[in-house]
Amino acid sequence: MFAYIVRRLLYAIPILIGVNLITFALFFIVNTPDDMARMQLGAKRVTPEAVQKWKAERGYDLPLVWNSAEASLFNKAGRTIFAQKSAKLFIFDFGYSEDKRDITGEIKARMWPSLALAVPIFLVGLAVCITFALLMAFFRATYLDFWGVVACVAMMSISTLFYIIGGQYIASKVWHLVPISGYAGGFDAARFLVLPVLIGVIGGIGASSRWYRTLFLEEMGKDYVRTARAKGLTESVVMFRHVLKNAMIPILTGVVVVIPTLFLGSLLMESFFGIPGLGSYTIDAIQAQDFAVVRSMVFIGSVFYIAGLILTDISYTLVDPRIRLE
Amino acid sequence: MPVVLVTDVLVWLLAAAAAGYAYYCRRHPHLALPWARVFQSPAAVASIVVLAAYIGLGLLDSLHFRPALAQKAGEQKAYASEVLSVLDLALVHLKGRGEKTYSAPLAMRSYAKELVELPDGRQLRDFPRLRYGGAHLKDEAEWEEDVAKRTLAGFGVAIALLLLLLPVIRILARRRPLIPWYAAYAAIAVLALLAGPALALSSGYHVLGTDKVGQDMFYLALKSVRTSLVIGTLTTLVLLPVGVALGIMAGYFKGWIDDVIQYLYTTLNSIPGVLLIAAAVLMMQVYIDLHPETFETSVQRADLRLLFLCMILGLTSWTGLARLLRGEALKLSQLEYIQAAHAFGVRDTRILARHILPNVSHIVIIAMVMDFSGLVLAEAVLSYVGVGVDPSTNSFGTMINAARMEMAREPVVWWALGTAFTFMFALVLAANLFADAVRDGFDPRVRM
Repeated sequence: MFAYIVRRLLYAIPILIGVNLITFALFFIVNTPDDMARMQLGAKRVTPEAVQKWKAERGYDLPLVWNSAEASLFNKAGRTIFAQKSAKLFIFDFGYSEDKRDITGEIKARMWPSLALAVPIFLVGLAVCITFALLMAFFRATYLDFWGVVACVAMMSISTLFYIIGGQYIASKVWHLVPISGYAGGFDAARFLVLPVLIGVIGGIGASSRWYRTLFLEEMGKDYVRTARAKGLTESVVMFRHVLKNAMIPILTGVVVVIPTLFLGSLLMESFFGIPGLGSYTIDAIQAQDFAVVRSMVFIGSVFYIAGLILTDISYTLVDPRIRLE
Repeated sequence: MPVVLVTDVLVWLLAAAAAGYAYYCRRHPHLALPWARVFQSPAAVASIVVLAAYIGLGLLDSLHFRPALAQKAGEQKAYASEVLSVLDLALVHLKGRGEKTYSAPLAMRSYAKELVELPDGRQLRDFPRLRYGGAHLKDEAEWEEDVAKRTLAGFGVAIALLLLLLPVIRILARRRPLIPWYAAYAAIAVLALLAGPALALSSGYHVLGTDKVGQDMFYLALKSVRTSLVIGTLTTLVLLPVGVALGIMAGYFKGWIDDVIQYLYTTLNSIPGVLLIAAAVLMMQVYIDLHPETFETSVQRADLRLLFLCMILGLTSWTGLARLLRGEALKLSQLEYIQAAHAFGVRDTRILARHILPNVSHIVIIAMVMDFSGLVLAEAVLSYVGVGVDPSTNSFGTMINAARMEMAREPVVWWALGTAFTFMFALVLAANLFADAVRDGFDPRVRM
């Protein structure tokens, strides 16, 4: 098991290098730093001096991958944009954003509101969806099942944006239950988080419940379920002790992978509800065209994704004793 | 003067390809069988009717031209700089009639108060009458009667057409009893009963109100359909060749080719989708801003951005398809008939094209229709984030984006969001139902 994890971690390195190269190509080769400078400065104030100054301030005035002006071999490779900007992501040194703030510090501070929003959505959502799906599978081929599936398909067909806007309108503007947006530290945060969590859960019900229902039904058609029934077990014992346990494997595949990405938060939710997390940070950066921040978030996102893949594999061994990681 | 946009060409090519595929399927019973199963589901048939209505709108909106300006004798023929589509011609009574600002559906008076001059010369702050909405009414008291009359007329025409259609449906139902024709008829009836009154009312009112700059919402919604369809279909067109080729190659050749392709899609997959799209779109934005001379009209610029968005979405989402196909090809390559082909000395390319590809085609079709609704929804979100279509392009995303701040107004401007919601929900729901039926029809486990 330990050897397996180490091997998986080693395997992550080439993937991260790949991610790094893709972002490097996107941000520095497809568009040169000169283009970015002109973009940021605006069309009117572009003079060659201004562009040079902009680049020098941000350390973009170096060659891309090979600095032939430097004397030593170390500096030839080191004093370049690739080494200074892209390679440094590996040691989690993200540099500074457009407004000269330390990105690493920002990320550390914004991680907590993101988690405070994403973890409840994740846990409550999972519990609600599994319950709903179990209900539909339990009452399969009845009106409850039929209308449950209809409701799921209808809910899947509504854009998240409508859930958010509609929820904000009804809960905050018509009923005055919770503030429309904003955030506060400590326990006060709950007031601001209730609505986004609720909306996040409701928005996810459609697709997940329907998917889990199919998994349950597939599992219920298997021989061991028939055997269990033949032994005279009650339907509820069959459902909870046998079907639910076995259906957890495919559910886990889809679920564990998202756990690490909870840090990134839900982009839309955070930006609509004014929660100062990583999601809204990313959206703000995209809208302000802050390339340094977007680049950092791309890298962090992939680190978390890979962590999720490894976690998924480990979680298999926990729910299915037949699986051994070698 | 016709204007040929890149997406127009692709949309029509795609339509032609779909028609060709349908013709080919009809002549090959083994290909027609799963489709026949799809057409036996009432939900699928009803959703096909709805989708066909949307596709019709989209295709009409994909024929662009620049209208000729009125020319005097001896003058050079001149064209307007504005690019119109055939759909604009059909909706000319909606397009030209802009108000100053918001107005509620079927309203006669504006949403905002203005300084109005009374006939006796006094001035008063009041809600002014709209320029077009209900302008044909002299007395506002006639409103109820006029609206009722137009609605009834719309219903009347719709019902008349439906009655004319009924015998046709009856004959079809007798000839092809397996296809649920009455489900199709019900869907047509619902569409006709909605469209009839809407069109009848739209000649005198703004059926769904107007937006902030006074554009008719009904018109905007109809124009947005094309963008959704383009994103939903052209994206698949981009991802299909990449996903299929890499997926079956990885599964068939195994070894280092498999390693390289797996590495490629794991890497791409590990970048959060929104961020990769955002990064790529930001880069494209820089390019477009710095090279304004490449584009003749703003419509062409917006169109290129749309196409580019499709390509980015396609290139970030081929990984799922490739993974599925790799697994399937891996399984197929162990089967006897493939090994027999090997033993006979058939070349790898030929095995891939003749033996593997046809046997994974059901996965490709399922993936294609399943992706559609997700892409339509993604467009709205991306436009909100600011990395979607060009702000000047009509799309549901830009509509929602413009409408979301209006919920805070007093009284609430609900019609903008409501319109976007209705049109989008109908499209996505129909797509989802259709996709379900296709999956059930093509799933080999269903086959007896």
